[in-house]
Amino acid sequence: MTACRETAAVLLAQLAEGEATSLELTEACLGRIAAHDESIGAFLHVAGDSARESAESIDRRRAAGEPLGPLAGLPVALKDVLVTSDQPTTCASRMLEGWNPPYDAHTVEQLRAADAVLIGKTNMDEFAMGSTTENSAVGPTRTPWRLDCVAGGSSGGSAAAVAAGFAPLALGSDTGGSIRQPASFCGVVGLKPTYGRVSRYGLVAYASSLDQVGPFARDVASAALLLQVLAGHDPRDGTCVDEPVPDYRQRLDQPLQHLRIGICPAHFAEGLDGEVRERIEGALDVYRGLGAEIREIELPNAKFAVACYYLVASSEASSNLARYDGIHYGHRVNDYEGLVEMYSNSRGAAFGSEVKRRIMLGTYALSAGYYDAYYLKAQKVRRLIAEDFSRAFESVDVIASPVAPTPAVPLGQLTDDPLEMYLADIYTISANLAGIPGISIPAGFSSDGRPIGLQLLGNAFAEEQLLRAAAMHERETQWHQAIPDLDGDARR
Amino acid sequence: MSDSHSDQPSPARLTRDDVLRVARLARLSLTESEIEAFTGQLEQVLQYVGILDEADTRGIEPLAGGSERTDVLREDLPGESLTRSQALSGAPRHDESFFLVPPVLDTSAE
Repeated sequence: MTACRETAAVLLAQLAEGEATSLELTEACLGRIAAHDESIGAFLHVAGDSARESAESIDRRRAAGEPLGPLAGLPVALKDVLVTSDQPTTCASRMLEGWNPPYDAHTVEQLRAADAVLIGKTNMDEFAMGSTTENSAVGPTRTPWRLDCVAGGSSGGSAAAVAAGFAPLALGSDTGGSIRQPASFCGVVGLKPTYGRVSRYGLVAYASSLDQVGPFARDVASAALLLQVLAGHDPRDGTCVDEPVPDYRQRLDQPLQHLRIGICPAHFAEGLDGEVRERIEGALDVYRGLGAEIREIELPNAKFAVACYYLVASSEASSNLARYDGIHYGHRVNDYEGLVEMYSNSRGAAFGSEVKRRIMLGTYALSAGYYDAYYLKAQKVRRLIAEDFSRAFESVDVIASPVAPTPAVPLGQLTDDPLEMYLADIYTISANLAGIPGISIPAGFSSDGRPIGLQLLGNAFAEEQLLRAAAMHERETQWHQAIPDLDGDARR
Repeated sequence: MSDSHSDQPSPARLTRDDVLRVARLARLSLTESEIEAFTGQLEQVLQYVGILDEADTRGIEPLAGGSERTDVLREDLPGESLTRSQALSGAPRHDESFFLVPPVLDTSAE
């Protein structure tokens, strides 16, 4: 069945027209997962039986002429950082191995209400800390384009699942680029919404002031479709903003008139891979051809972003992960003397290296005598970074840049040097610090066949404009239609 | 090296004792090889974040959240919460009513 290559928007139309059933589509996805996920490693849990059941139920309701939700019958994969009442949730950590949460995340509720078929939970860097999905306690996720290269991270499993045709849609979370960068490494569309656009209720916390849930899809229209279901106010997340949600698809096909695209010369400086630069310049040419104006902008504090981010995120992580105490849920060792040693030994045994490193960095930055110099200083620099964007958006509508300095890297390349891995987040983390939305869209391939993404950043709550700008590029190019060759049926 | 109460991060030097102190604060038992690895790696990261010293933040208010909207209030309404059995369902040790923990008070000296 060709279902595994179609976009969610096309599949939805086929389901509505009766050209396919949800059960057929779900079986096709499950079959493809069974055939290929051993080599890719996208899923931690495949919910075959419950997915078939909900698909059948939706098909029955459709046949009976009952009203259906906006994603009716579409399989959706969930990053394993979103709690689910009927599937395990592990955050790819030994700490939560075997945990079955007693409730659903808000975004999971939204998907159920939209009649999506929840097909499984995807691999990730442990507790969303990492950029390659190699920090998963279970094993890495590979980009379906090159099985010797990583899928990116931390939402590598969700990105790879969509790229491989395991599911037409997936959810990820983005704290410093964890949706956009794997989208780039896997050649799919990934969007990080404005902070507060989507509820974080039931999103296992990493860095609460930066975390945001967002969609993966094979094209911009399908990302818009999924965002529509996710966005909106939820009083259970005090930072979720009560702003009207526009219809993201209504004007998606209308090009933005007089689009002004900002580029920051520093983004094209030393350290950027030559082929990535070429593809980004190629994308800018596409926009020029559509009448857009490319303007240089300054983001003078961008050079502080990586340092600022790793202090803020690690500090928040050290606080958030204090909840894993071996008492309420999660791993508890059998070998300890007294309460404190029970905490320390349980946490020492069940957290992986990167999680420990960030807890250590954050605890240090928040500890007596260092708070002002590190955490408070980083918060002040965070404001400077946010103000840079406010100023920039006075003169441009979106800001274009690479997503990452390179295409997908070989497995093992970044695991030995934490700082080197942190520095590779340079293009994505500023958006989280400033709370603004960003999207990664396919912009071509390296000469050896690895996807390269273009990042567009927009002003707060300007997702509609961002999606329209992305759709302009997509209509002029065919990159998003390329399919990785998993079984000799490549379509490039 | 300046003292630990300096306003500016010193060009950070991290000792084994620093790592052990922070691990104790974080309730994290580390293996010998982790202690060794983290000492170098964290020192490297702390040296890197020293770049923030170059940012002029005089008179700048810290930005703590992802947006400027703070103190959002809602009606204080009763609602459903987890049942006791749901709340206990993920606990490594529990009985029908409580989370079970090791003794909190040290009675061995008595």
